Amino acid sequence: MNWEVVIGLEIHAQLATKSKLFSGAAIGFGAEPNTNTTLVDLGMPGALPVFNKEALRMAVMFGAAVNAKIGMTSVFARKNYFYPDLPKGYQTSQMDHPIVGEGFLDITLDDGTVKRVGITRAHLEEDAGKSLHEDFQGMTGIDLNRSSTPLLEIVSEPDMRSAKEAVAYVKMIHSIVTYLGICDGNMAEGNMRCDINISLRPKGQAEYGTRTEIKNVNSFRFIERAIYTEIERQADILEDGGKITQETRLYDPDKDETRSMRSKEDANDYRYFPCPDLLPVELTQEYVDIIRNNLPELPTQKAERFMREYKLSEYDANVLSATRAMADYFEKVAEIAGNAKLAANWVMGELSKYLNTEGKDITESNVTSEQLGGLLVRIEDNTINGKTAKSVLQSMWEGEGSADQIIDAKGLKQVTDTGAIEEMIQGVLDANAAQVEQFRASDEDKQKKMIGFFMGQVMKASQGKANPGKVTPILNKLLKG
Amino acid sequence: MVDQSITSLAKKLRAKETSSVELTQDFLSRIKQFDGQLNSYITISDEIALAQAEAADKKLAADDNASLLTGIPVAHKDLFCTNGILTTCASKMLNNFVPPYESTVTSRMQASGVVTLGKTNMDEFAMGSSNENSHYGAVKNPWNLEKVPGGSSGGSAAAVAAGLCVAATGTDTGGSIRQPASFCGITGLKPTYGRVSRFGMIAYASSLDQAGPMARSAEDCAHILQSIAGFDANDSTCSDIATEDYTASIDAPLDGLIIGLPKEYFGDGLDNDVATAIQNAVKEFEKLGGKVKEISLPNLNLSIPSYYVIAPSEASSNLSRFDGVRYGYRCEDPKDLMDMYKRSRGEGFGKEVQKRIMVGTYALSEGYYDAYYLKAQRIRRLIKEDFVKAFEEVDVIMGPVAPTTAFGIGAKTDDPIAMYLEDIYTLSVNLAGIPAMSVPAGFANGMPVGLQIMGNYFSEAKLLNVAHKFQQATDWHTKNPSLVEGA
Repeated sequence: MNWEVVIGLEIHAQLATKSKLFSGAAIGFGAEPNTNTTLVDLGMPGALPVFNKEALRMAVMFGAAVNAKIGMTSVFARKNYFYPDLPKGYQTSQMDHPIVGEGFLDITLDDGTVKRVGITRAHLEEDAGKSLHEDFQGMTGIDLNRSSTPLLEIVSEPDMRSAKEAVAYVKMIHSIVTYLGICDGNMAEGNMRCDINISLRPKGQAEYGTRTEIKNVNSFRFIERAIYTEIERQADILEDGGKITQETRLYDPDKDETRSMRSKEDANDYRYFPCPDLLPVELTQEYVDIIRNNLPELPTQKAERFMREYKLSEYDANVLSATRAMADYFEKVAEIAGNAKLAANWVMGELSKYLNTEGKDITESNVTSEQLGGLLVRIEDNTINGKTAKSVLQSMWEGEGSADQIIDAKGLKQVTDTGAIEEMIQGVLDANAAQVEQFRASDEDKQKKMIGFFMGQVMKASQGKANPGKVTPILNKLLKG
Repeated sequence: MVDQSITSLAKKLRAKETSSVELTQDFLSRIKQFDGQLNSYITISDEIALAQAEAADKKLAADDNASLLTGIPVAHKDLFCTNGILTTCASKMLNNFVPPYESTVTSRMQASGVVTLGKTNMDEFAMGSSNENSHYGAVKNPWNLEKVPGGSSGGSAAAVAAGLCVAATGTDTGGSIRQPASFCGITGLKPTYGRVSRFGMIAYASSLDQAGPMARSAEDCAHILQSIAGFDANDSTCSDIATEDYTASIDAPLDGLIIGLPKEYFGDGLDNDVATAIQNAVKEFEKLGGKVKEISLPNLNLSIPSYYVIAPSEASSNLSRFDGVRYGYRCEDPKDLMDMYKRSRGEGFGKEVQKRIMVGTYALSEGYYDAYYLKAQRIRRLIKEDFVKAFEEVDVIMGPVAPTTAFGIGAKTDDPIAMYLEDIYTLSVNLAGIPAMSVPAGFANGMPVGLQIMGNYFSEAKLLNVAHKFQQATDWHTKNPSLVEGA
C-alpha cells in the first residue's frame, strides 16, 4: 500500500537565562553535582518558586518570531509524577494557558518549495535533574544541577509529511532560537532536543493513524534516521495487517532502531492543576510590542537580504543564513574581501570541506573570518591565484598564520613580470621540442587540445606562481613561432 | 509573670524588674513541670533559647530602641522551618529533619529579638481540627485535660493558654489558628492571604495557608503581626501592599461600627450555650457603639465540600516531595524504587494525611477534575463574592468560631464528617482569603468560647482595634486555667 507519514514535533529548547526558571541558582554545564542548586531546586520543605522574568521575555521573543498569538495571561500548572530526579514530585509547566499560542513558520525544502508548518503552542516549563546510574554500585545518584532549568517546549501541528520536512522544520526552529539568542542550540549537550510523533495512513485517507512518540532525539541526523526506521517498522506492521500500539519509544542510534519505552496503559495521569505557589503571568500589550519591535533579523529575512544585497542565489543565501554564526562569518569575510560572491564560494566550498572533514561547526573553525577574508583579498589583487589560495588555506587551517604570512614564508607570490614569464615559457618549449614540432604541424582543433599540456608544464615550472592570465597570450605567441 | 502581656513584660525588662534570661528560665521550668500533661511541645530548644535570651538582655541594655519583642519567649508551630532546630510537622516523615534554613516568619521574629523556647505540637502536616493526628501524640486542653485543644495549631494554643510561652505562631488553612484559640481561650489572628510570607512554612494547601499570631490579647497579636507581616520576594503570593502600624489605632473608639451577623452562623448545629456567649459579646459591642445588621452569606454550607476538595488536591501535590529520596523518613531495605516510595510514604505519613492525599489525588484525576476541582473553585468564587458583597454594607462580620466548645479526646475520631463539620464557620474565611480573629468571649460548660471577627481584605488594623476595645471592656481573655493559677 502507499502510505503517507504524518509527523508532529515537540522541541524542548533550553533557554539561555543566567539563572533558573524558579530560583536564583546559576545554570552551568559540568559543575560538581548538586552545587548549582537552591532550596527550591532541591525541593526542600517550605521552599517556594519565584518566576524568572528573563525566561518570560525569551518566550515572548520566540512567539513574536513565529507569528504566534501571545498568551496575555499565562498560568503555570503542576504536572504530578514521582521520579527520583524530580525533587518536588511535580514539574512546573503550563497547560491550559501557555505563554505562546498558535503560530506558524515557513520552511524551504531541498527542491526550493516553501511549506508552512503550524505551531500549536509553546510553553515554559522546568527541567528535571539527572539520575546517575554508574559509579554507585546498585544505587542511583541524583544530580539536581539541571533541576528547574528553563525550557521552552515548542509543539508543532502534525503538518510534516516526510523525514526531510521534519529535519527542515527542526533546523528552522534551531536557526530561529539561536538567531534570537534565547537558546545556544547545542543539541549534543541536550540543550535542544526533540520528541517525534509519527503515524502512517493510507494515502488519501483523512483521519490519522495511531501514533507513536519517539522521545528525546538530539541531533538532526538522528531525527532523520529515527523517522525512517519508525516509518519502516510501522509500515511492516500495517502491511502484515497488524495494529500500531500507541506508545512512547526510544531511538537507539547504535542499532538504528526504535524500541518501546512504555505504552499508553502505563502512562501517568499527571493530574495537572494550576500551581498555587505562582500567580498567573499577566502581560501588557506594550511589553509585547516592545519585544516584537526589537526582534533581531531572522533567518528568512537574512536570506532575502543576502539575495538582494549580495546577489546570491536562493540556495547560497539559505545555506549561509542557516545559523547566525554562519551568517556572521560569511558577512565578515565578504566585507573584508569586498566580493560577496567569492566569499560565498569559499565559505560554502573550501572552508566547509575542512569543517565537514573534522566534523566541526563554523564556530569551531580553525580559520577565522578575518583570516579567510585576508586570503580572498590576495586573490582579488592577483597576489596569488585560486589554486595557490587553496594551499594557503590548508596552511592556515594547520595554524601557520595569516594569508600574508604564509604567502611570504613560502614565496607564493604570483609572477606577473612579462619578461620573466617569457623566459620561463621559452625554457619549457626548449625542453619539449618534439611536442612543439607536433603542435606546429597540427590543425587548429588539435592545437586547442594540446595547449593544455604546455600550460600545465609552464605552471609546473613556475611552481604555480605564474599568473595564468599573463601566461596564455605569451605561450600562444611563442608556440606559433 | 507567665500570664502577662508582651507590653507589660517589655516594660519589666526595660525597668530591669526581670531579665530575658530569668523569664526564659521560668518558662523552661514551667514547660518541664507541666508539658508532660499537655504535650504541647515537640521540641524544646533550651540552649538556643538561653543564648538568645542573653543576647536580648545585652541588646536591651545597649539599645533604647530595641523592638518590643526583644527578649520575649515564644514558641513556633512545628511547620516553620527553623535553622538547626528539628522541624517535624508532627510527622514521622520528618522526625529527623533539621532544616539548614529559616522561614521568613521565624527569621523576622528573630530579627525582632524574640527567644525561641521550642516547636509546638500540631496535627500532622496541619491536617486536623483536634490535634489528635500527631505522630508525637495528642495535645491536651489546659482547661480540661480530657478535652482536645483544637487543631491544627493545638500545641501553640495550649502552650499560650497554659503559660508555657508568652505567644506563639500558628498557621490557619481552614481554621487552624482560630479554632484552637477558641477552644483554649486565647486570641488568634489569621491575616489576609498574602499578608504574611509562606516561605519556609511547610505547605499543606498553598492557596489557603496563612501564618499568624496566637497570644493572650489582641494587642500582643498586633505586636507579632507587626514583626512578621509584609512583602517577601521569596513568596510570589505575598502581597506588596504596605503594612500598617497595627497598634497606632488599636484604641480608636468603635462608634458607628457596623457589625454584620450572618444568619447562617446562628442556625442548626450551633450549641445553645455557645450561641448565648456570642450574643452577649455582640451586646457588649453595641454598648461600645456598634450597630448590628443581619446579613446573609448564602453559600456558607458549600464551604465544607469546596474546602475538602481544594485543600486535599493541593496537599496531594505539595506532599509529593516527601518521597524518601533526599531527606526525611526512608523505609528499611527497599526492594526497588517503587517499594521505597510506597513504604516510605505508607510508613511515614499518618492515616489522616494519607486519606487527604488520596482524596486529593482522586479529585485531580483525569475524568474527575472538572466535577471536583473546577467545581470547588467555582464555589470558592461564590463564597468570596458573598463576603465582598457583605463588606459593602458592614465593617466587620461576627459569629462563633466553632459550633461547640472543645470536645472530648477521641469523641470524634471515628466520625470524620462530625470532625469536618467543626470547621463550618472557619473554612469560608480561608476560601475567600479575608482576615479573621478568634477572641475569648466567655465560657460554656466550663470551657472557653471564641468570638470570630471577620474583616475585609487587609483590614488587620481594624480587626485588632475592634478586638482590643472588646478586651478593654471585658476580662475573658485574662482568665487562666488552674494550671496557671496554681503557678
